[in-house]
Amino acid sequence: MLYIPCPYCGARDETEFTYGGPAYVTRPELSASDREWTEYLYHRQNTEGPYRERWLHGFGCGRWFNVLRDTTTNEIQKVYPMGGSDRLIETGR
Amino acid sequence: MQRYSLLNVLGHALRGNTGWRPAWRTPTLRRSYDVVVIGGGGHGLATAYFLAKKHGVRRVALLERGHIGQGNSGRNTQVTRSNYFYPVSSSFFDHSLKLYEGLGRELNFNVMLRQAGQINLAHSLHDLEIIRRWANAIRMNGVDAEVLNEAGIRKLVPILNAQPRFPILGGLIQRRAGISRHDAVVWGFTRGASAHGVDIVQGCEVTGFQKSGDRVTAVETSQGVVHCDRVAMSVSNQCSVMAALAGFTLPVTTTTLQAVVTEPIKPVLDPCVISAAIHAYVSQSDRGEIVIGGGADVYNSYRQRGSPAITRGVLASVLELFPSFSRLKMMRQWAGAVDITPDTSPIMGLTPVRNLYINCGWGTGGYKAIPAGGDTMAQTVVEDKPHPLIRAYDLARFERGALIDEGAASGVAH
Amino acid sequence: MSARGPYRLKERADAVPVEFRFDGRALRGVEGDTVASALLANGVRVVSRSFKFHRPRGIFSAGVEEPNALVQLHTGVHGIPCARATLVPLTTGLEVASQAGWPSVSFDVLRAIDGVHSVFAAGFYNRTFMWPSWHMYEPIIRKLAGFGRAPTGPDPDRYETRHAHCDVLVIGGGTAGIKAARTAAAGGQRVFLVEQHEDFGADVSTLEALPNTQVLARTTAVGYYDHDLVALAQGVAGGGGAALPRERLWLVRASRVVLATGALEQPLIFSNNDRPGIMLAGAALQYLRRHGVAPGREVVLATNNDSAYHTARELRLAGVNVVALVDSRESAHRALLQEMRGVGIAVHGHCMPINTQGFGALSGVTIALLGGKGASNLRRLACDTLLVSGGWSPTLHLFAQAGGKLQFSESGRTFEPVADAPRIEIVGSAGQIPRGELGERVSRVGNTARQWVDLRHDVTVSDIELAVRENFTAVEHIKRYTTLGMSVDQGKLGQAPAVEVIARARGIQPAELGHTTFRPPFVPVTLGTMVGRSVGALYAPNRRTSLYGLQAAAGALFEDFGEWQRAAAFPRPGEAREQAMAREVQRIRHGVGVYDASPLGKIELIGPDALDFADRFYINNLKTLHMRRARYGIMLRETGIIFDDGTVVVLDADRVLLTTTSSGAGRVAAWLEEWRQCEWPQARVVVMPVTDQWATVALTGQHARAIFERLQPGCDVSNEAFPHLGFRATTLFGREARIYRVSFSGELTYEINVPSDQGPQLWTALLEEGRSFGIGPYGVDALLHARMEKGFLHIGADTDGTTVPDDVGFGKPAAAKLRHYIGKRSLQLPENMRPDRLQLVGLAGERAAALPVGSHLRLADSHEATDGWVTSAGLLSTNGTPVAIAMLRAGRRQTDRSVTVHDGGRIVTTARVVAPLFYDPTGGRMNA
Repeated sequence: MLYIPCPYCGARDETEFTYGGPAYVTRPELSASDREWTEYLYHRQNTEGPYRERWLHGFGCGRWFNVLRDTTTNEIQKVYPMGGSDRLIETGR
Repeated sequence: MQRYSLLNVLGHALRGNTGWRPAWRTPTLRRSYDVVVIGGGGHGLATAYFLAKKHGVRRVALLERGHIGQGNSGRNTQVTRSNYFYPVSSSFFDHSLKLYEGLGRELNFNVMLRQAGQINLAHSLHDLEIIRRWANAIRMNGVDAEVLNEAGIRKLVPILNAQPRFPILGGLIQRRAGISRHDAVVWGFTRGASAHGVDIVQGCEVTGFQKSGDRVTAVETSQGVVHCDRVAMSVSNQCSVMAALAGFTLPVTTTTLQAVVTEPIKPVLDPCVISAAIHAYVSQSDRGEIVIGGGADVYNSYRQRGSPAITRGVLASVLELFPSFSRLKMMRQWAGAVDITPDTSPIMGLTPVRNLYINCGWGTGGYKAIPAGGDTMAQTVVEDKPHPLIRAYDLARFERGALIDEGAASGVAH
Repeated sequence: MSARGPYRLKERADAVPVEFRFDGRALRGVEGDTVASALLANGVRVVSRSFKFHRPRGIFSAGVEEPNALVQLHTGVHGIPCARATLVPLTTGLEVASQAGWPSVSFDVLRAIDGVHSVFAAGFYNRTFMWPSWHMYEPIIRKLAGFGRAPTGPDPDRYETRHAHCDVLVIGGGTAGIKAARTAAAGGQRVFLVEQHEDFGADVSTLEALPNTQVLARTTAVGYYDHDLVALAQGVAGGGGAALPRERLWLVRASRVVLATGALEQPLIFSNNDRPGIMLAGAALQYLRRHGVAPGREVVLATNNDSAYHTARELRLAGVNVVALVDSRESAHRALLQEMRGVGIAVHGHCMPINTQGFGALSGVTIALLGGKGASNLRRLACDTLLVSGGWSPTLHLFAQAGGKLQFSESGRTFEPVADAPRIEIVGSAGQIPRGELGERVSRVGNTARQWVDLRHDVTVSDIELAVRENFTAVEHIKRYTTLGMSVDQGKLGQAPAVEVIARARGIQPAELGHTTFRPPFVPVTLGTMVGRSVGALYAPNRRTSLYGLQAAAGALFEDFGEWQRAAAFPRPGEAREQAMAREVQRIRHGVGVYDASPLGKIELIGPDALDFADRFYINNLKTLHMRRARYGIMLRETGIIFDDGTVVVLDADRVLLTTTSSGAGRVAAWLEEWRQCEWPQARVVVMPVTDQWATVALTGQHARAIFERLQPGCDVSNEAFPHLGFRATTLFGREARIYRVSFSGELTYEINVPSDQGPQLWTALLEEGRSFGIGPYGVDALLHARMEKGFLHIGADTDGTTVPDDVGFGKPAAAKLRHYIGKRSLQLPENMRPDRLQLVGLAGERAAALPVGSHLRLADSHEATDGWVTSAGLLSTNGTPVAIAMLRAGRRQTDRSVTVHDGGRIVTTARVVAPLFYDPTGGRMNA
């Protein structure tokens, strides 16, 4: 059971959180093509390895934040506030 | 291929079983094939089998990075059914169930198909309405389904909770549904494919693709480069990784699915029982173990270890349905990584790479689809166009917005 | 000899006798016994039958690795199948039954199978039982499988869960574990020390007394999960019944874990190594030390390591008749040999058992000199007990569960950690592997079909050879093919010799073999323990409004709707639910009624950007909304699918009120908050869910205005002042109240919101004021029927996870709004624009029969399997004719056409496609 270090509350059991899928998904404009739009809706990197994702501390502070977690070991490498930038992330999804 | 039968079993027994020969060959990987099948799970093995047996493709290699059946085919809850809502799903899954019904004979390997039925419970008036809609959908598709009232359900499952927190008002039964033996299915297809000339190579990991334009020319593996005309890919939770190697992305999320078995007890449960509202499914194997599954774990993971929070939730649901199981003991819990699509329907057929055919996205329900998955994929590879039964499962459906959402159809949360 | 059993060598003077029964036989043990030690003390040799061949089996070990002595405790609701006799404490009146053998465990007719065992070699069922069909054989095989019986009813005991954090979790209460715990505790750390058995290896009373320690006996660490969460299963002393839970599950988050889990003794493998009377040497020692019980009358030890020598000596000194010790090593230390001479035990060096005798129980063992070509120089030793010791394997299951990698080492001949795990320390015998000291442990001669590797599942060396012969060479394949290690002991017993057997069969070194995955639980855990208190009424929350009590008093029939318990109807005594519903519909249409709408979702958006923020979510244009005028709105997911509906009211410049469906309240609030935080953090708005803060009562019917007026005398409640879709913030009973004129039923309705604690007061006041009008409550059933007659959308009934706005007649506003609201882009995808999509229609039954909800529809010229289905239906309240709402293929183009209605595989009636509006088409009644 993951022990997730909420940047606001500290480490808590995963049962206090809701998973939000991948982080840094950019919402395309209305003018996006069907392909661009459905890639936004459905396609995922689904990385086997360090993965950038969102979590909500729903049974705690109620805030969303971002996490870098290795999906093969579940080791949490980094957490940072929603909208927080991380040099690694700047390069893409 | 040595024939299996009671007579042979007796004959070999007299010789101390020393006369049995390998169930499949251990071939050397050659440098070129007509078709390379990647993935030695049930779907890949079935594809290779049908390619060789039904379509007479001479040079087929199946590459498995570990050993055959080491993934989800080797550790699932064995539910075999075809009670689906949409006509496309119904046709596909009932084709699979029909193949299961003849599979023992086809493969000369006892897959131990037990058809004691699967029951979906209804816990409210709304549930009953949805159940009726679903049962009728199944029947309109020409498949068997029946709505039962509470008395009918309890007659088939006497140990159901007499005073449940969520009342049991009735349910839907598919009587032809049931369970089968997953290892037997894997080994049966392996033996059959090998006997028909497929080179099944274990310990061979695909590390890349060599392409010319939008076609694959060769597959790079841990045992060297293999040239081929066509590639069929059934790698389950690794599909995104492999697709990335081939240069495209998929609408797939890999997460963990758990299952639990109890110690074996004398028979108490005949059909499989599932409750969408209570999120658990339960059956009893022929060894006597109570086999339990539930929904997938929530977050992306390739670790194949489930969270105990989910385990406890599923077991709580089981005890809500079967309180008399409380004193039984959980003997083993296991988990696999499953590939989930946005509509929980598979992705089968063509990809942006012209001669690469994909079969993935089975999520929590791939085992029952193995025979049809292999059959349709084999034909798709041979004809270079999707088999009619899988046209609607194409990767391109997401761009059209044409999702086949069985979960949505059954009225479960949207 | 003792009155407490013929094999009880010694006992304490104050030993309390305990009466129990085994297979109906009355027996006696003492307090402190396990069922196994008590059975041994009474000379019970045969405790079960093996799975396949029904061979008699005896107690093999003294712990969790026990493969044979699995018994049924009690019957009925107290029944516990597959209990390990080696771990169950003996209690007065305990009913113990062997789980095998017919007619009895001592005489089992199915042992005949053993006579033709080679027919039933591994994998035999894959090769046969196919003709004419598996269905013929399966019922018999199914009946034969399984040990023990499930209890016959709900569990009379309860189970608890505890959560804890600690700095150091020490698993194992032997001397090494206690030492580690003491050190950590002395350093001020929070320490947990857990021990599987009743007793610790040393005195722990001072440790226990410290404020920063938790010491638990009868507690087994069963699972090691992500981020060092360890699950412990605790047997509560004196637990069970009403006073104490029977077991507890502890979920402990540790910063560091110390594994002091000891080592498991390995057996030797030789022909007929499964007879009753054959036991692990270490186990015999435990029975002697803990319980004063001798394993038998004439004892031989067979070993390949030093530990058995000390065991032999101790047994002999305690009075056990140890006849000989057989060591497969060429020579043992001189000191050990001297020890044996000193107590008169003959030592046979460089010898190993190659066979045993005894049909019902052990009567003798044949040993042979090793070396050279094998079985030269045979010798038979008469004995009734053979204690085997094949070396010790550290218990590293939890290490492996934590992700630690293990490899079989040549020098240690067991699995060892490949590398350290960052937060796990292994101490004691779990961390020490003696190197190069073991002799042979797998016989090289004899009939391999009679050499057992897995006692529980009857897997022999020949089965493994057969698996390899058939090319099942991977460890996982061998396991599944032979079922080695797949039974209740999960392969704990004898993993090391099994590896050597497999390696030998494959002609490779054992170190080249991997292992199967170690998974929780380390020992089987009661399902009830895993679940804890979430059973029965506590399985799911019972969420009730403040009006629950009043409604219950009025005879409400409650059902779970979403998360809430709501009144479906208010049946009179003897009235069926459907009749109550029909009566309540008449009340709505012709009288006046009250309805608890409190679960309706209510969300406030507060801030300068409140309305603009809300406008991003609805298909409806909210920018044109007037103050205090409600607008109906539909919300979509980004995929274009209808997600929720409700009303929007602008209360003032920076406050917008949203209502949602009852089941959507939490979902929608979370949805809004997610977008606010993640996508539009710059929006100056706060999302405040207030569903629970307000009780909502709908006052419905033609007399509603008159009654409402009495609640608020002097206020202008005329239609001009307070029209349909109007909103008023006012006071009632001295506090804030919010009143909507919206209608789901199609009648004049005031939805009155008061602070939730005042809900009962409002309800009572309305019933009082409306008495002269014959007011009464109505439930969800009646409301849903009334709204069906009006064709009002019911999310989740008429819509499902595929429905887009145009399907239900809202295509125009969705397209007209140009803003990039959530879901808009998806509406332009090809699938969502297809003309043959299922569309909302009405159906008028052409015969008297009702239209079943869930029945399917077909159009005359259709090529599809189905053309749609009925989503809501009933008998029209005005004239009793059958009507329905349905989703029909290209429905809006099918008006006046006939459809066949299919249910249960037959056509049950036909219906005409009409507009989905059967009552008061102009809406005059609700606009009044």
